[in-house]
Amino acid sequence: MSKRIDIKNLDIYYGKFHAVKNVSMAIPARAVTAFIGSSGCGKSTVLRTLNRMHEVIPGAYCTGEVNLDGTNLYGKGVDAVAVRRMVGMVFQRPNPFPTMSIKENVLAGMKLNSKRISASRQDEIVEKALSGANLWNEVKDRLDKPGSGLSGGQQQRLCIARAIAVEPDVLLMDEPCSALDPISTLAIEDLIHELKEKFTVVIVTHNMQQAQRVSDQTAFFNLKAVGEPGELIEVGETEQIFTSPEHEDTERYITGQFG
Amino acid sequence: MSTSVEPRDPQATPEGEASQPTSVGRGGELVFSTISTVSGLSILAILAAVAFFLVLLAAPALTSDPADLPYGEFWQWVAPFAFGTVWAAVLALLMAVPVAIGIALFISHYAPRKLANGLGYIVDLLAAVPSVVFGLWGINALAPAVMPVYGWLNKAFGWFPPFAGGVSGTGRTMLTAAIVLAVMVLPIITALCREVFLQTPKLHEEASLALGATRWEMIKQAVFPFGMPGIISAAMLGLGRALGETMAVAMVLSPSDQISFELLTPNGPNTIAANIALNFPEAFGLGINQLIASGLVLFVITLAVNMAARAIIASRAEFSGAN
Amino acid sequence: MTTRYSEKSPETGAESRQSGDEATRKALVSGQLPSFTPIATLVVSIVVVAGVLALFGSFGIAMTLVLGFVTFLVVMRVLSHVVEGSRRAADRTARYVVTGAFVLALLPLLSLLWTVTSKGVQRFDGEFFSSSMFAIVGEGGGAVHAIWGTLIITGITTLIAVPIGIFSSIFLVEYSNETPLLRKTASVLRFFVDVMTGIPSIVAGLFAYTLFSFIFGAGYKSGLAGAVALAVLMIPVVVRSTEEMLRLVPNELREASYALGVPKWKTIVKVVLPTSVAGIVTGVILAIARVIGETAPLLMTAGLYTGMNTNALQGQMTTLPVFAYYQYVTPGIPQEPYYARAFASALTLIIIVMALNAIGRYVAYKFAPKTGR
Repeated sequence: MSKRIDIKNLDIYYGKFHAVKNVSMAIPARAVTAFIGSSGCGKSTVLRTLNRMHEVIPGAYCTGEVNLDGTNLYGKGVDAVAVRRMVGMVFQRPNPFPTMSIKENVLAGMKLNSKRISASRQDEIVEKALSGANLWNEVKDRLDKPGSGLSGGQQQRLCIARAIAVEPDVLLMDEPCSALDPISTLAIEDLIHELKEKFTVVIVTHNMQQAQRVSDQTAFFNLKAVGEPGELIEVGETEQIFTSPEHEDTERYITGQFG
Repeated sequence: MSTSVEPRDPQATPEGEASQPTSVGRGGELVFSTISTVSGLSILAILAAVAFFLVLLAAPALTSDPADLPYGEFWQWVAPFAFGTVWAAVLALLMAVPVAIGIALFISHYAPRKLANGLGYIVDLLAAVPSVVFGLWGINALAPAVMPVYGWLNKAFGWFPPFAGGVSGTGRTMLTAAIVLAVMVLPIITALCREVFLQTPKLHEEASLALGATRWEMIKQAVFPFGMPGIISAAMLGLGRALGETMAVAMVLSPSDQISFELLTPNGPNTIAANIALNFPEAFGLGINQLIASGLVLFVITLAVNMAARAIIASRAEFSGAN
Repeated sequence: MTTRYSEKSPETGAESRQSGDEATRKALVSGQLPSFTPIATLVVSIVVVAGVLALFGSFGIAMTLVLGFVTFLVVMRVLSHVVEGSRRAADRTARYVVTGAFVLALLPLLSLLWTVTSKGVQRFDGEFFSSSMFAIVGEGGGAVHAIWGTLIITGITTLIAVPIGIFSSIFLVEYSNETPLLRKTASVLRFFVDVMTGIPSIVAGLFAYTLFSFIFGAGYKSGLAGAVALAVLMIPVVVRSTEEMLRLVPNELREASYALGVPKWKTIVKVVLPTSVAGIVTGVILAIARVIGETAPLLMTAGLYTGMNTNALQGQMTTLPVFAYYQYVTPGIPQEPYYARAFASALTLIIIVMALNAIGRYVAYKFAPKTGR
C-alpha cells in the first residue's frame, strides 16, 4: 500500500522564475517525512511536484526525476491523473466541496473511478475512510449534512478522509494545521501517527515542534537570498536534524535565529 | 478586491485645498448634494412617467368596444405575438446557453492564459454589433445558408411537430429568427458565465484535481456546482434580452399571426416588439393604443424574467459565503 | 553540494520490491494517443464527410463542417476509449466540444463581418459621405444626413443621460448613507435602475412617443424625442458602470481627504472622481456604443427624412440604423442601389461602434489605476 519516492536533480520553475534548485532526496515508505524551512524557500513547491499538482499553475514546470517505486512521474506516457490518484494531497486550508454532503465529499474521489458503487459498499468506504481520519464518531449521525457545516479541524479531517478514501499510496500534506486551532492540530497530529502505518506521509510545516513530534525524517530547505532559487540544505533523521544538524543554516533555523 | 491605502495619483491628494475657508465648502456641499439627490430622484420620476404615459395610452385598447379596434379584440390579437415572443426567445436560449457555457469554459479553463483576454474580447465584439446589422446578416447570409439544412431536417425529422409542414422558400422562419437571437444574446451569457467560472475557488479546483480528477471531471465536480446559480441568472438575463429584441426579428422573420410551433414553415408568429416596429409607422387612432398596450404586455413579461434573474443572483450572494 | 541522501530506507526483499515496482509502473503509465491524432482525425473526418456528401449530391460547407466535427468527436471518443480509457476519452470529448463552441461563435461573427464588408464597400465612397437622399431616386445619394442625425441624436442623448447617470451614482455611493430616508431612497433607486436596464428598446420608444405626443400633439416626431427615448436606455447603463467604478475607490482615500479638513463635495470632485475617471469614461463610451446602433425606438420617435435636418426640435430626423433599415425594407426599383446604401450604412455603423468599443477599452487599459495584488 505504501510506496517510496526518490527525487533526483529536481529543478522547479514558475515560468522564467527558478523556484527550487537541484533537489535530490529519498522519501522512505511507511514513514513521515517533514519539509521545514522559512517562507518562500520552496518546500510547498517541492511537495506539489510529488503528485504533479505543480503543473496546474499556468507556466509552471520542472526538470529532473521524481521516482515513485522506480517509476519516474515525469516519464513518458505517465498520466498525471493516475499519479494524483496514487499520491493524495491535503491542503493548507480545509476545502470540502461546499455543495456536497459529508458522505458525498468522502466518495468524491471514488466516484471518479467507478460510476456505480453499491449502496452497501459506499457505506463501507465512508465508514472506513472517516474512521481512518478519526472523524467517524463525530459525524456518523449527520452524513447527509453539508461538509461546510463542520468546524475547521473537522473539515480538515474530512479532507483527509476524502484523500484516503481512494486508497492512495502516498499522502502529501501542505501545512495541514496552519489554519487550525491547537486542539484540532493535536487531533490531526495524532492522526498522522496512525496514517504512517499505512501510507507514506510527506508533510510541509512551519512549526518546528510539529515536525519534531510527527516526523521520522526531516528535510530543511532554504534560499540564499530573495530572488534566488530555494535549495535543499540538509535531510536526515528528525532526531539528528534537531539535535546535531550538520549544516550551520539548519542549526540557526531550528534554534530560531531566522525564518 | 484589493484595496490600497496610498493615493495613486499625486494630483488627487487634496493638500492644496486644506487651507481654503470651509464656508465656501459648505455652500458647495449643499449644491452638490442637492444635484446628486435630484438626479437620483429624476430617474424615479422618469420611470414613473414611463409607467404613467404607457398605461394612459394603453388603457383605451382595453376599455374600448372591440368592434372599434382596428386589430380586433385586444387579448385575442396580442396572444399570438406574446406566444411568438416567448417561443422565439426560449428557442434562442436553448441554442445559446450550451454554446455560451462552452465558450466561457474554453476561455476560463482551456485556452492559454495569455490568449484568454483577447478571446473574450472577440466574443464581446458580437455584443457591439447593432441589431439592424444582425437583421441584414440574417436575411442575406444566414437565411440562404440554412435553407438546405431546413429541407433536410424536414425530410429526416418531419415526424417531429416543430420540423413538420411545408418548408419556407425564403428561409426567413421562426428558427432563423431564433438563431439570430441566439447569436445576439450569446455574448452577454458568455461574459457572465466566464466571470462566474473564473471565480471558482482555486481551493476546490485543486481539491478535485488532487483526488485524481481529469480536467473535465474537475469542472463537473468543482466549477459547475459553484457556478450553477450564475449560469441560471446569466441565462435569464439573456432571455430578457431576447424577449425585447426588435429589429433583428422584424427584418428576418416573415411573420404570421397564428400560434404555431412549426419552425421551418412561414407560420411562425411575430414577436410583440417586431410587430410594433412593423406596424407603428402606419398605425392611427386606436391602433396606436393597441400597439402601446402590447408594448406594456412585453414590458411585463421582460420585467418578470429580469426580476427572477435578480432574485437568483441575490440568493447566490448568500450562497457564496459558504467558504 | 550539501545535499545528502537519508540513510534510513525500509528494508524490503529485493524480489517483492521488483514486482511492486512493476505494478506501480503499470498503474501510472497508460496508453496515450500520439499528439498528432486529433488533428489528423479532424482532417480525415471532414474530408470523408465531404466525399460522402458529394456522393449523395448534397455537399454544403456548413453541413460538411458540422457532420465532420461530429464524426471527429465519435472517432476520437472510440480511439481514446480503447487506448486511454473511458475517463480520458470523456475528458477529450469535453475539450473538443468546448473548443468547438468557441469556433462556432466565431462563424457568425466572421460571416457577419464578411457579408457587411463585401456588400458595404460597393457604396462606401465619397458620395455616400457627402450627399443626402434629398430628391434622390435610384442610384447615387448618400447618408450624410443620417450621419448628422446619428451624431445629433446621440449627442443629445449623451448630454441628458451622462449627467443624470453620473450624479445619480454619486448619490448612490456617496450620499445615500447619511439618513435612513436616503438609504431607503437609494435601495428603491437601485431596484428601479435594475428595472430600467430591462426595458425593451421598443418600449422606450413608445414612452418617448406618448410623452411627446401628449405635449406637442399626436404624431410629433423629432430628433429630441428620439434622444429622450435613447436616454431612457442609456441612463441605467451609465448609472451601473459609474456606481461600480466609484465603489472601487478605496475608502481610505476619502478618509485621508476628510482628515485634512476637505469638505465632502470637494473630496468627491478632487479625489473620488479623478481616481475613477478612466472607468467612468469607458462606461460612458460603451453606453454610447450601445445606443448609437438602436433602431426600433427611433422608428416611432425621430422618424425618417430624406434631406438634411440639423434642428433637433423640429422636423423628422434620420439616423444611420433607421436609414439602413428603410433602405433595405422599402427599396425602390431597381432595388440594388437601395440595398447597396443599406449595407454601406451598416458598414459605417459597425466601424463607428467597433471604434467606440476599442477607444473605451483603450481608455480603461491605459488610464486604469494599477490594482496591486
